[in-house]
This record gives sequence, structure tokens and C-alpha cells, in this order.
Amino acid sequence: MAKQVKFLQGNEAVCEGALYAGCRFYAGYPITPSTEVAEILAARLPKLGGRFIQMEDELAAMAATLGGSIAGKKSLTATSGPGMSLKMENLGYGYLTEIPCVIVNVMRGGPSTGLPTGPGQSDVMQARWGTHGDHPCIALTPSTVQEQLNETVRAFNLAEKYRMPVILLTDEIIGHMREAVEMPEPGDLAVVDRKRPTCDPKDYLPYKPEADGVAPMADFGSGYRYHITGLNHLPDGFPSNDGKLAQADEIRQQKKVDDNYDEIVVVDEMMCDDAEILIFAFGSTARSAKEAVQMARAEGIKVGLFRPLTIWPFPDKHLLKYKGKVKRVIVPEMNLGQTALEVERVLKGSPEVEGIFQIDSEPINPITILNKIKGGK
Amino acid sequence: MSYDYSKYLRKGKIPHIWCPGCGYGIIMKSMIRAIDSIGWEKDDVVMTSGIGCASRLPGYVDFNTLHTTHGRSLAFATGVKVANPKLNVIAMGGDGDMTAIGGNHFIHACRRNINITCFVFNNFIYGMTGGQYSPTTPKGSRATTSPYGNSDNQFDIAQLAIGAGATFVARTTTYHAVPMEKLMKQALEHKGFSIVEIIAGCPTGYGRKNKLASPAGMIEWQKEHSVAIAQWEKMTDEEKAGKFPIGVLHDVEKPEYVEAYDANVGLS
Ligand SMILES: Cc1ncc(C[n+]2csc(CCOP(=O)(O)OP(=O)(O)O)c2C)c(N)n1
Ligand code: SF4
Repeated sequence: MAKQVKFLQGNEAVCEGALYAGCRFYAGYPITPSTEVAEILAARLPKLGGRFIQMEDELAAMAATLGGSIAGKKSLTATSGPGMSLKMENLGYGYLTEIPCVIVNVMRGGPSTGLPTGPGQSDVMQARWGTHGDHPCIALTPSTVQEQLNETVRAFNLAEKYRMPVILLTDEIIGHMREAVEMPEPGDLAVVDRKRPTCDPKDYLPYKPEADGVAPMADFGSGYRYHITGLNHLPDGFPSNDGKLAQADEIRQQKKVDDNYDEIVVVDEMMCDDAEILIFAFGSTARSAKEAVQMARAEGIKVGLFRPLTIWPFPDKHLLKYKGKVKRVIVPEMNLGQTALEVERVLKGSPEVEGIFQIDSEPINPITILNKIKGGK
Repeated sequence: MSYDYSKYLRKGKIPHIWCPGCGYGIIMKSMIRAIDSIGWEKDDVVMTSGIGCASRLPGYVDFNTLHTTHGRSLAFATGVKVANPKLNVIAMGGDGDMTAIGGNHFIHACRRNINITCFVFNNFIYGMTGGQYSPTTPKGSRATTSPYGNSDNQFDIAQLAIGAGATFVARTTTYHAVPMEKLMKQALEHKGFSIVEIIAGCPTGYGRKNKLASPAGMIEWQKEHSVAIAQWEKMTDEEKAGKFPIGVLHDVEKPEYVEAYDANVGLS
């Protein structure tokens, strides 16, 4: 049977993905250009037995999202730059306490209130390092409306599997554009649920990892009474001041992500095999880059597109294949060079990274990228 | 006959971190007796707290306990309650936690009338960080950050809660350990947002700076300055000066948040 195809807005596709993944709780605070996610889920969640709440600010929204997850519901919150800044406090709590949930950041322009209705990609480093302290991070960067849906499902799966908050780092262009989306039937996409304990409650240790580095998580109210704290803690969940143990636990958390690079990191490598020039682009900028690559190929220029769907952890292993192999690497992005720094870190000068950095609230035009390709260094 | 608290205390987690003479132990015991008197299953009770000496309480008791970030106790509690309204959710924190950094969450939880019970431990000071002034530090009092006496005006926590829409509001002190237990029970059984403000002594952070260092003296002070609400209502303004009313200050019925939401969206 042919799949159902719907014409969806990017933010709408996030909602479809969340509901498909089993999300049944949303707590948020309105902010352009993410608000449609809240509006749609306010209407849809109750129909599926879920609940929606508009909190008093994003500090509360992030807290309530984590609270909902602790009570056993797959939970989502969506926001943009100013709200993301406020979420940082409790996002860090979510990392240290290992509570699964998904945070959507529909990136807009500028620091502070900035350019509220325009697109941006300036929150890449905030996603990685915005909250204080060392912590693991998974952030996904879709480029199409279909990917908004599919990557939201994947974000929930990764959150549940690795027991941690996962960020969907999208932007105003994809959030607000409309495209045809093939709607997945139940069973088409994998849906992962967190491991829950099966042991005798007396023996439950909420932070004692199993062989995969992840401990089963009990819902509050399910008979496993335990303690959750944002202080560094022992396997039994209770605080400890032992720095050595804290270090070991934080390294263990980071390794949950590092050791599973192959499962977490997805990169779309288009026409890269024979490429002499590599374009590294993510999110809406990757759409322009794709067009530029196609135009350049039509002129016989050997150029390929390296498009990470996972921006954190950074796709080091995928990118290393091109070290010393391609003659040029171009990084277009709607910020002043945040991922370019990472690309430089990986390629270590072979070749030098060339950037196209733009923060004028306009998408980067394919012609701008094509000119850079053709213009030489 | 002495009450056996051991059913509710986590083995190996006592001794607690509180200073000798701190009022918080009295609060913890009253809270345990109140919950016990209702007979709730421990599995069905969730306790959330923020950061501070008060917020360490959940670590000592055998429930589903969530020690969150400074001021956010009620925001986490709201998420838990909305996601699973069957749970009995109790949120707590100090005066700083609940009414300074968490003030916004506090008034909005009151406004929603969500079925959560909130215990505010009011010791007039930031205890955990060593005695800085809080929104309830009396004018003129010494704190490490008000070495010349506090210039700020005070919040009246109970009045703030009433103004913001809480449907059950009570105040008590650590001198009144037995009435405290009864008020807590009433608050826990109330449907809607209930709060009990508990005046407690912090000999370390507040007492020392304000020549009230003896814990017994601080409890004596609570006894002398508190007035039962029935009597308070008959007093003249002059008689009220420097004193505060205790007991049930406000008790009304209004639709509970999650029930109202469910009815509205067709979930119930
Ligand atoms: C965001 C943040 N800011 C500041 C602190 C430092 N801090 C910890 S406890 C506390 C005040 C505690 O006072 P109160 O809430 O009245 O509780 P008490 O310790 O008196 O019980 C402060 C300011 C913190 N932990 N987090
Ligand atoms: S500092 Fe004050 S509030 Fe904190 S434990 Fe000591 S006496 Fe109690």
C-alpha cells in the first residue's frame, strides 16, 4: 500500500515525530519560531491521553519536562535561543541525573532577543557547552521536513536508550517551511523505550550501570522508591563529595555517548567519493549547499556534500576519512564559524578550512556557496 | 508513648547535615507523623525540594524523592503531578528557595491551584550559604550581606500565597510541633494547592548575627510572637505589632488544576 503523504510544516512534523515516538507530556513556554510545536501538541496530546502545560518560563518548562519523564512519560519541550538560555540550568540537571527527554531548539538570529523571526545557526556551541560542567551531549540537525519527523523519533529513541536529554537543533527555515512528508505507519520506524528495573525494589540501584553503561530507570510511583539529586551521587542515588568517584561517574556518562558513536552519529555524504572539494553543512544551510554542489557538478567540478544529521557528538570519524584527501573544505553556516572550528580540529590543517559565515538573518544563498567553490581559495 | 519514625527514615542516611539546634528536625518529624496519620503508601508519595538546608530533607525519608535545583522544587513537582496525578506530591524549600529564586514558580503554582502541598521552611535567612539576607529577613536584622542591618522590605509568605490563589494556607512554628502535624495533615488532604509556612530557627545563620544564638531562645521567641488566628482577629493593630498569626489562615474550595484541565480537554 502506498504511504500516506502529508504536506506539513517543519514544526508540525516535529509534533508528528514526537507523538509517533510515544511522547505524552509537553511543558513549554511560547517563543517564535518554535511556538507551533506547543500549539499543535496542546491540541493533540489530550486526544491521545497525554497532557500539555504552559509553564511560567523556560526554567519551569525544562523542570516540568524532566518531572514528567520521572513520572514515566516521554516528555518534550520546544523553544528558541532566549528560552534555550533559560533551559540551561535544568538541562544540566537532566544530564547529571540522567533523565531522558527531548528539547527542540528552533534556532533564530542573534544573541539576546536578536532577530526573533529570522533564521540562525548560532546555538551549536551552546547546545554542546551551554550548561556548566562537563557532560555528554547528543544533538541532531535535520535539513528537511521529513527529517524533522524522523529525527524527532530518533531523538526520543536516543534519549530513552542512553537515559539522557537529547537536543533537536533545527532552525527557523526548516521549522516554518512546508514539504511533502511520507507518514510512517506504526512499525516503520523503531521506537525505543527506556529500560525499567525488573529486580526486587530492595536491590534497585538507580545509577548502577549495566554492561551498556546505562542503568535502568524506574518511574516514580512504580514501587521503586529512590532518590534523585543534582549533587554528584553514588550508584544508590545519594550524594557523595568524593571527587574521584564523581570524576569516574562523569567519565562513564560521557562514554555512554562516545562508545556508541556508530549508532548515534549519522552523516549523509553526497557525491563525496571522488570529491576534491568538500562542503560541510548542516540544517537549512545544507539545503543551499546541496544545490550548490549539484550546480558545480553540472559544470564538472568534483565537489561533495558532507551533511551531519548528528552534530554532537561531532562526526569526527566520518570526517577523518577526508583528511589529506580533499583539496579544499568549505564550511557555510549561519554563525561566525562555530562548526568550522570543529572541522579544523578534526582535519588539523589538511586542508585549511574555508568558511562562509553569515548572521544577517538571511539564508546562505546557493550562489554564494557556488561562487566560493568556483572562486578558489 | 514515643512514636517510631524508623519506618519512614532511610537507613544509613542519618545523621543529617543540620546544625545542632536547627529547627528542621522538628519539621521533618511532624511531616512524617502527618503523612503516617493519613496512611498513604510510601510508593505513592513524591517529595521534591530545591537547594538549601531545608531542601536536604527529602534525602532522609523513604519516599520517591527529588532534590532539584535552587528554587525549582515546584516546577519539577508540577511536571510530576501533571504527568501522573495519582501521586501525592509534596514540594518543599526554604524561604529563599521558594520566594526569591523560586518566587515565580511559587506564585504560579498557587494560581493554578494544582493539587500539590508546599511546605516553606521560613528561617528568615539563607542558611546553607552562611547567613545572607532573604526576602523574609526582618528589616534591620543583620545578615552577612546586611552588615549595617537589612534595608529590604519583607514578604509575608502566607499572604503572598493567598494573594496568588492558593486555596489552603496555614502558618505554624517549630514551637508548635503537635499543631504543626495537624496543619500539615489538613494541607496534605486538601484538594488544590496548599501551603504551610513553618517559622523555624536557624541559630547558625540568623541567631548568631542577631543575638538570638540559643536554639531554645529562638523557639521561645516563636512562642511569644505567634498568636492563634482566632485571637489575632480580635486584636487591635497595636496589639498585633511585631506578632504574627498562626493556624489556618485561608481555606477555600476551587477547581483543582489537573481535574479542570482533564474536564476541559475531554480527558476525564
Ligand atoms: C542558581 C543558584 N544560585 C545560588 C545558589 C547558592 N545557594 C544554595 S542554597 C542558597 C540559599 C538557601 O536559603 P534558603 O532557601 O532560605 O534555605 P535554607 O538553607 O535557609 O534552608 C543559595 C543562595 C545555588 N545553589 N544555585
Ligand atoms: S545553617 Fe541554619 S538552616 Fe542550615 S542547618 Fe544550620 S541551623 Fe539549620
